[in-house]
Amino acid sequence: MTLKDMKIGEEAVISTIKGGYGIHAKLESMGLREGSRITKKSAVFAGGPVIVQAGSTQIAIGDGMANRIIVETVD
Amino acid sequence: MKKILLMGNPNVGKSAIFTSLTGINARTSNYPGTTVSYTTGTLTVLKKGAACASCSKKSCKGCGYGSVEKIEVIDVPGTYRLDPLSEAEKVACQLLPEGDMIINVVDATNLERNLNLTLQLLEMNKPVIVALNMWDDTVHKGITIDVEKLSKMLGVPVVPTTGITGQGIDKLIEYITNYPHESAAKREYRNRWAAIGEIISAVQNLEHRRHTFLERLQDISIHPFAGIPVAIIIIIAVFRVIIGIGEFLIGIMEQLFERFYTPVIMAISRLLGGQGVLHRILIGDISGETIDYEAAMGVLTTGVFMEIGIVLPYILVFYIVLGFLEDLGYLPRLAVLFDRFMHRVGLHGFSIIPMMLAMGCNVPGILAIRNIESRRQRFITATLTAITIPCFAQSAIIFSITATYGTGYVIAILGTILSVWLVLGSVLSFFVEGTTDTLIMEVPPYRLPAFKVMLRNLGTRIYGFLTDAFPYVLGGIFFINILTILGVMDFLGKLAAPVITGIFGLPEGAVASFVLGIIRKDAAVTLLEPLNMSGAQMVTGVTLLIIYFPCMATFVIMLKELGLKDTFKSFVTMVIVTLLTGAYIRFFMNMFKNPWIYVILTVLLSFAVMLVLSRIADRRHQAEYT
Repeated sequence: MTLKDMKIGEEAVISTIKGGYGIHAKLESMGLREGSRITKKSAVFAGGPVIVQAGSTQIAIGDGMANRIIVETVD
Repeated sequence: MKKILLMGNPNVGKSAIFTSLTGINARTSNYPGTTVSYTTGTLTVLKKGAACASCSKKSCKGCGYGSVEKIEVIDVPGTYRLDPLSEAEKVACQLLPEGDMIINVVDATNLERNLNLTLQLLEMNKPVIVALNMWDDTVHKGITIDVEKLSKMLGVPVVPTTGITGQGIDKLIEYITNYPHESAAKREYRNRWAAIGEIISAVQNLEHRRHTFLERLQDISIHPFAGIPVAIIIIIAVFRVIIGIGEFLIGIMEQLFERFYTPVIMAISRLLGGQGVLHRILIGDISGETIDYEAAMGVLTTGVFMEIGIVLPYILVFYIVLGFLEDLGYLPRLAVLFDRFMHRVGLHGFSIIPMMLAMGCNVPGILAIRNIESRRQRFITATLTAITIPCFAQSAIIFSITATYGTGYVIAILGTILSVWLVLGSVLSFFVEGTTDTLIMEVPPYRLPAFKVMLRNLGTRIYGFLTDAFPYVLGGIFFINILTILGVMDFLGKLAAPVITGIFGLPEGAVASFVLGIIRKDAAVTLLEPLNMSGAQMVTGVTLLIIYFPCMATFVIMLKELGLKDTFKSFVTMVIVTLLTGAYIRFFMNMFKNPWIYVILTVLLSFAVMLVLSRIADRRHQAEYT
């Protein structure tokens, strides 16, 4: 499942980030890396960004990238 | 002089700490990337252990003799990492070798993410002091941090601070002057995140607590469906409020001018004999008992009234509102909400922020593009901003002089520049080489703006406006009056007639506006006032004054930020857009007569053009990948 497919309010752990070094570095520096626990806060309609919360930081991730972050939901 | 760098992630309050340390007012707000270039200031401290040379008291707070030491403090743009991706981050990394000591400002409510940079800084083999900023916020967020343990684990001093109130600054200064030496040892972290995890679980404790009112507002403002309508309502409401209050203040200003300033002008006029060259330059065309300040065109009449009587009230209200939205943290939310839409013009959501700032003044708007990583996006943002976004000084004059023509004409102008934005944006997106990145941006929590800070930022902006505007406005009108008296303007008018009259359908006299507009846009719009133009001509003239060229100050900043080649491309774009738009407005305004029909059709047409172009671009993009 990708970040995009998650329901709002759902919690998950990031399993894979499909992207190059730049994307990894950028997400990592904001606290998102493989293994991070996140909660989906919102997704702006019609292909807008997905907003996730990691720790106490909220991060907006554009549609293109949200499709390339694979997550596993936790209960 | 010893140099201290203030470093940390974006939007953790470095500039507030800088202001507390140096007393120099650095711009602060609540979005990542406020500081795009570094600011330096000096901190004066009492030398370690020394008694004051003049009063020989150990407790002397530094009376300026002998024993004080001056330390240079540098407010560095925020960075997430030491391998830079954006221009603003590059600035940060280039400064790093120069520092003798680093104050790592950390957002205490976001410790885990912030420590990533902290550990990288610790590896640099420089003395580091960690300032746990936003300490006051941790309390109502239910976060407790064991400061002593954190300090021990990191091996450097840690000080809880609140930049805005100045809490913890004394302690910070104490460590600056008296740094514990054993702390400066070089460290290396093989697995940084594992180390961070260890630290966090040892020092931080989170408590669950109920959602606060601000957090509820936060959720609403990025709601999947309600977010955008709410944003549009807020923007419209904001402009109604600005114009409403602005007009009210102008009404008061007009009375004040009539009461106190008119007698002064009349006296000067009599002194100058009521005529002659000097009278024409300074006072202009006044006849009868009252002065028409907007049409007189003298340096002391129109020049002074325009800036103080019209522009100042509007700018004041505008910056109060913009400052509030900035400090609250609304701008990054706009960036998120309009991200998808901005992709249609080859940008991502962040570009909304430079454009909002540009509505105040284009210069800080263009400077803010340093936060954008891709060259293509920087070029498109800067070009769109310079061409379509009037600064608020210009907008103020536009509202004031077109109001007599009726709301329809004001809307026609705004609708036309919106259309230019849409069409030009999608055309640039179509032709400019390069890629558009995906938005990845931190969305900071809402913070209630501190009144003191808002007032200070407002003061800086108003002072900046007055000192920038006055010399150019008064000088510009002086200069134009001289050129008019010498007949140079008539000559230029004849010279430019094929374009000004032939293509745009404007009177030759409008050429003076375009000459002055290179220096100062608000004054340029005022020059259109006495030409007695029709509504259609007014729409053409005012719109073209917005788009044909940004003011010189903006253009110089563009040169600096984009480089010669891209600025030249941008300039060519301006010329082409001006010619096409001028011809378009003239033709269609005359065809439809009614400004409402004109503006509705124009906006619809431009949306259609944008949709078609972005659809074709998407197809082309997909074809490249399959």
